[in-house]
Amino acid sequence: MNNDYNFAFLDEGSKREIRRSILKAISIPGYQVPFGSRELPIGRGWGTGGIQITLSIIGKDDVLKVIDQGSDDSVNAVNIKKFVGRCTNVATTTDSEVATIIQSRHRIPETPLKDGQILVLQVPIPDPLRAVEPSERVTKQKHAEAEYSAMWLSLYEDLTKFGEINISSEYPCMVENRYVMNPSPIPRFDNHKLHNSEGLYLFGAGREKKIYAIPPYTSVIPLAFDDVPFKVENFEGKHCRLCGATGVYLDEMYSSDTGEKFYECSDTGFCEKNRGANHE
Amino acid sequence: MAYVAVKGGEVAIEASIELLKTFQNAATDISVNAIRDNLSMLVDKIMSEAGLYAPDYAALALKQCDGNVEEAVFLLRAYRSTLERNHYSNEINGKDMRLIRRISSAFKDIPGGQILGPTYDYSHRLLDFSLLDGNLPTENTEDVLEPSQDIVSERISDIFRAEGVLKGCEQEDTTPTDVTSHLLTHPADRSARLQTLARADGGFLGGVAYSAMRGYGAVHPTIAELRSGYVDICVTYPFDENEEIVLGEILLTEVESLMPKAEEQSFQDENVGKAPSYDKMTLSGGYGLAFGRNENKAISMSIVDANLDTVGDTPSQDEEFVLIHGDSLEMNGFISHLKLPHYVSFQSSLDVVRKSGEKDE
Amino acid sequence: MSAPIRDFAKRIGGQIMNKKVLSIRGLTVRYGNGCAHCKSSGTLTKNRCPICGTVWALRHADVDLYQGEILGIVGESGSGKSTLMRSLYFDFDITSGACTIENYKDGKQNIFKESMQQKRYIKNNLMGMVYQNPVLGLRMNYSAAGNIAEKLIAAGRREFHPMTDRVKELLNSVDILEERMKEPPKNFSGGMQQRVQISKALANNPEILLLDEVTTGLDLSVQAKVLDLIRRIRRDFGVSILLVSHDLAVIRMLADRTIVLLDGNIIEQGLTDQILDDPQHAYTQQLVHSLI
Repeated sequence: MNNDYNFAFLDEGSKREIRRSILKAISIPGYQVPFGSRELPIGRGWGTGGIQITLSIIGKDDVLKVIDQGSDDSVNAVNIKKFVGRCTNVATTTDSEVATIIQSRHRIPETPLKDGQILVLQVPIPDPLRAVEPSERVTKQKHAEAEYSAMWLSLYEDLTKFGEINISSEYPCMVENRYVMNPSPIPRFDNHKLHNSEGLYLFGAGREKKIYAIPPYTSVIPLAFDDVPFKVENFEGKHCRLCGATGVYLDEMYSSDTGEKFYECSDTGFCEKNRGANHE
Repeated sequence: MAYVAVKGGEVAIEASIELLKTFQNAATDISVNAIRDNLSMLVDKIMSEAGLYAPDYAALALKQCDGNVEEAVFLLRAYRSTLERNHYSNEINGKDMRLIRRISSAFKDIPGGQILGPTYDYSHRLLDFSLLDGNLPTENTEDVLEPSQDIVSERISDIFRAEGVLKGCEQEDTTPTDVTSHLLTHPADRSARLQTLARADGGFLGGVAYSAMRGYGAVHPTIAELRSGYVDICVTYPFDENEEIVLGEILLTEVESLMPKAEEQSFQDENVGKAPSYDKMTLSGGYGLAFGRNENKAISMSIVDANLDTVGDTPSQDEEFVLIHGDSLEMNGFISHLKLPHYVSFQSSLDVVRKSGEKDE
Repeated sequence: MSAPIRDFAKRIGGQIMNKKVLSIRGLTVRYGNGCAHCKSSGTLTKNRCPICGTVWALRHADVDLYQGEILGIVGESGSGKSTLMRSLYFDFDITSGACTIENYKDGKQNIFKESMQQKRYIKNNLMGMVYQNPVLGLRMNYSAAGNIAEKLIAAGRREFHPMTDRVKELLNSVDILEERMKEPPKNFSGGMQQRVQISKALANNPEILLLDEVTTGLDLSVQAKVLDLIRRIRRDFGVSILLVSHDLAVIRMLADRTIVLLDGNIIEQGLTDQILDDPQHAYTQQLVHSLI
């Protein structure tokens, strides 16, 4: 990339506009703020929302971590890290405790965020009601009136027909008892990390042109009937074959040579640190 | 432990990009000018869908990415978003077009005449194998005569408006919405709708128009006028408001289609004493515009525009459906994003399926 | 007490009702702006003004509904009876008029002027509606249980098992087997679909039930079952019912009082027996005598 591009690619006017949208989002936790999403050299659907947020907030002294499916090494994460790196020259890391900005697709790192850290999540479909209502005009009205019965009805229907709620990831959550939000395709396992966190969560949907936020110490409760507790993915009896960790989200894999099944930490940075500590 | 975590993503990406170049397998260089001149209608399509009139850069984009239309549109749009907007041109009116083609299906003969111009409509679709030997398609034609003067002609729809059969448009001076920097809201105002349709993917728009004509919609339109030609782009001279500077010209194709529409007569007191009529037939229209000579794109757009003003349950009458799903970048981006890893959420789905299975045991 | 009133008192189990549950005044629904001619004239032929073409679907309707009664609304198609019902349920926008409900803001608030949210509250908690066409009242692809639960959820309930218990209770009260609660209504017969609608309408114990031609199109034997059910519901749940029908036999069987609509106007109202045995208006006479 030649030097004709501005620091962090976007022009300062665009960055300012996006930051204003972010501030508005932080002021109204869980509310989807529309913004003028810019075209980037990376495709729509490939993280342009998250990237625009990162580019708008990143400064020379930031330390950036980018993950996809929890892994720093995933091709999409590498590509994004390359792009942001090329237009900012900021330091990068795989250690989630050292990073000031973490951009992530579909996972929240195992180690809880600290005060001063920002996690940017890439979101495909920002509206949790899209699953039960295709029209944006209607869902906008429903959010305005806190009219979420259609969502509750689909949960009720699942329980009635299947005895379980069948939403796997993107599980809808109630934020500060006002807005229902889509936490992005993180597994249910990660939902609790949004609640009462020390750090700031920002959500960017480039194609759908929405930004929303969960500020620190915000109440984020997955939608559940009072008498049917929210359930997360079950990894009982399983552990990471590299570092031995249990109680973390695991990737199920099949060996390319032997075909046997095994599990490894989805959060590769976390796994690396465990192994590093062990070897010292 | 003997196991090693799977790594090497960065190396894999670099190798993949190298392979792209190898696959291009170009024996001879194809110049950007050759693409621009020999594949001009493909270049026109790229420009329309990117929303940027820049034939050289569109040709460059096509060269850069193996002729992949989606990639070329993407490249051109991404480039457009880096450009600073220094001026807004003065309003262009299609009736001032320097015509190269102008037809009407609504009438056999029209003021100014039916000018067929350059079109594939009457050609026989037979592969011309003589072109294989490196001959140019233009080689066997005689010299094309230059007209002695520019052909300019009034609009058919203006004739209907003067007659009163087609409702006139009120003067509307509000600043148009700019869809490149504002989120599309629903229902969309007219400027937002037309901009979005003009940039929509030709295939998608054609499908919607086709469905509307075949019964999944309300229209059976007639093309009042199709005109292709050159229009001047002018900006106001900075030091004298009354002067204009011509920056250059672009080639446009414009279509106005008309259809009869049943309209409920409005209940005004002035109708007291007149015979009641509840289903008055009026002519209603749709407007289409494309860069270059992509006629079907402009025609499809006019059909969809007309259809969106009717009420019904078909997808072609649902403005939100049509405007959101026609954007090439968003469509192709989201479709291709499925190639990204989704194993974390898939694992979560497996969990749900397995839990359900356990219940049966 | 005069004979008709004595009969009436017998009919409703000895209770003399004097408490008004709902009160409608001047309800008008018009399509078009109207003109000097039709705004002043009384009845128009076939509700349409010959001068300006405005359609007066309902004109200055005044209706009172008393606690525990079944009020019949009878008329031909185009008379305005469905318009009346569906306006009450906020399906249509009205042109003018007021409606108050005794137990809503002390009967002092015109419900047509309330906000979207308040209207939703009224629909969910104070009223239940059963449409002639079940497609309007049910989500055909959701389970029967889900359909009923939708009303419970709309009223703010969030406990799954108690809601399901309530669903079963409601299905029971309309004679639908528990085993069928997971099935979608599109699999049910017409009569059964109406019964699901009825149970859904009763979900939040509303005080007002709106029944719009609920037996039209059903077999006679199925009709009988549904009519029976309605009687039972009035007895067991104590709801006040607005019952629309073009079928005089149904009206005679169920309605305590009846209103007759013609071309958007109420032309006669009173005790059902009186209306049917001794109609005053020419149109009512015609209607009654056409019943063989």
